[in-house]
Amino acid sequence: MSLDFRKIRKDFPILDQQVHGKPLAYLDNAATTQKPRVVLDKVEEYYLKTNANIHRGAHFMANETTEAFEGARETVRQYIKAGDRGEIIFTHGTTESVNLVAYSFGEAFVSEGDEIVVSELEHHANIVPWQLLCERKKATLKVLPFDEKGVLKIEELDGLLTERTKLVAMNHVSNTLGTINPVEKIVEISHKRNIPVLLDGAQGIAHYPPDVQTLDCDFYVFSGHKIYGPTGIGVLYGKRKWLEQMPPFMGGGEMISEVKFSGTTFNELPYKFEPGTPNYIGAIALGTAIEYVQSLGVDNLAVREQEILKLATEKLKSIEGIRFFGEAENKVGVISFEIEGIHSFDLGTLLDQLGIAVRTGRMCTDPIMDHFDVPGMTRASFAFYNTEEEVEALYKALIRIKGMF
Amino acid sequence: MTIEDIQQEIIEEFSVFEDWMDKYAYLIELGNELEPIDAKYKIDDNLIRGCQSRVWLHPEKDGDKILFEAESDAIIVKGLVALLLRVLSNRSPREIIDADLHFIDDIGLKQHLSPTRSNGLLAMVKQMKLYALAYEKLSQQEG
Repeated sequence: MSLDFRKIRKDFPILDQQVHGKPLAYLDNAATTQKPRVVLDKVEEYYLKTNANIHRGAHFMANETTEAFEGARETVRQYIKAGDRGEIIFTHGTTESVNLVAYSFGEAFVSEGDEIVVSELEHHANIVPWQLLCERKKATLKVLPFDEKGVLKIEELDGLLTERTKLVAMNHVSNTLGTINPVEKIVEISHKRNIPVLLDGAQGIAHYPPDVQTLDCDFYVFSGHKIYGPTGIGVLYGKRKWLEQMPPFMGGGEMISEVKFSGTTFNELPYKFEPGTPNYIGAIALGTAIEYVQSLGVDNLAVREQEILKLATEKLKSIEGIRFFGEAENKVGVISFEIEGIHSFDLGTLLDQLGIAVRTGRMCTDPIMDHFDVPGMTRASFAFYNTEEEVEALYKALIRIKGMF
Repeated sequence: MTIEDIQQEIIEEFSVFEDWMDKYAYLIELGNELEPIDAKYKIDDNLIRGCQSRVWLHPEKDGDKILFEAESDAIIVKGLVALLLRVLSNRSPREIIDADLHFIDDIGLKQHLSPTRSNGLLAMVKQMKLYALAYEKLSQQEG
């Protein structure tokens, strides 16, 4: 199917504006994606007509909202091909999902002298929760390094695993370098030793949704706002066998079955991990975002992103003094770079003046900055709605800025 | 010249630029011209850490004035540092403490001194005022 991306771009009202008097080129999609009209409408529609707290009231609106919320759970389940709706937990986002597992899995399965393995390619959100766990339990954090192209040294993974390794936590796609990690291999190598695997899917979910049953990962976590949905909603997929053995992360309403002062029994999955009033309108709108992506065909979107990535890489390559970080063969539409003699803060500030939104700095990945021994990078990250003209605008802006130094 | 005079002078200088990029080009020029901080002061103790750029600041007492040396790894920040030094360096502690730095706002660069910008500039101003407070206290005790 060939899609008309110029037409599709019009689904995103925010893109059609000027900043500092210049047409906006939004190239910061790895930080957050923009929302199509259907998602915005869904949020508005719910607050206008249907808002009522879920699972609690016997009235019409409460039932409507509850059904839509559970419908969104079903949409997520189908999108990542989970077998069981009890395995889909709504959270605030990737960070909360990782923290939930680090706490609850940690309480159940990690003790003094045990080990957790992450990679050098991780976002801080997939490092710090494990460090906190290791401190709490006197466990050790071990790190799988990456090579000069930004590719994990997967052949070293097996050597890092021991009988004390309790979990392997790695990202599906690197937010800084764009590398698509060999998640099948990570799972295969870890499972050979019966070690469960958590995959941070924040950067993978919009481009390459997993089939969690075939992939067989134990946990897969992501945020709604990275897949054209609202902020403040995210997902933890976890295999039932783990989730059932894990203690609750937070206590409150909805997650209980019966509360007595002599003791409380907990609700069944997924509610055991969803205390308090969830961001149900966020969840419902996330469902809409996923349906939107599915209606266009996620594969078609990935193909378009690769086209833009290829064009941008070719174009930027011709700039003298440019250095790319992350040159994996398999990567998403992310280009991190520096231009010799220009600090990333200066570059970002000037690009902004020219209407181009990019990310600059350390991108919540200090270990990657240390690996390349740079104070920061500039990152352009593309979505399917970006255009050839925007790539050209970025290129021209970089040439102009270069001339100022 | 008073701190206010210098601020007016800077506002005047920036008033000729119509295009934003020209303002930044001028900041880059100022940044390039700024005397680098003495290597022995470019140490972690003098580092003001921003998430995006770093600033080093070293104070030195010179009679009843405070001399500041400062530098940043980002040139635009360095240009702004140069302006701040022009206004606040070689002043008495009281002048520094009382200074109302409105020129940044007036030349349209307020965003760079807002708390949401993690470039270390706001922290630099705060640190300069803290040094001034400390020196004032010290000289009162000595006096």
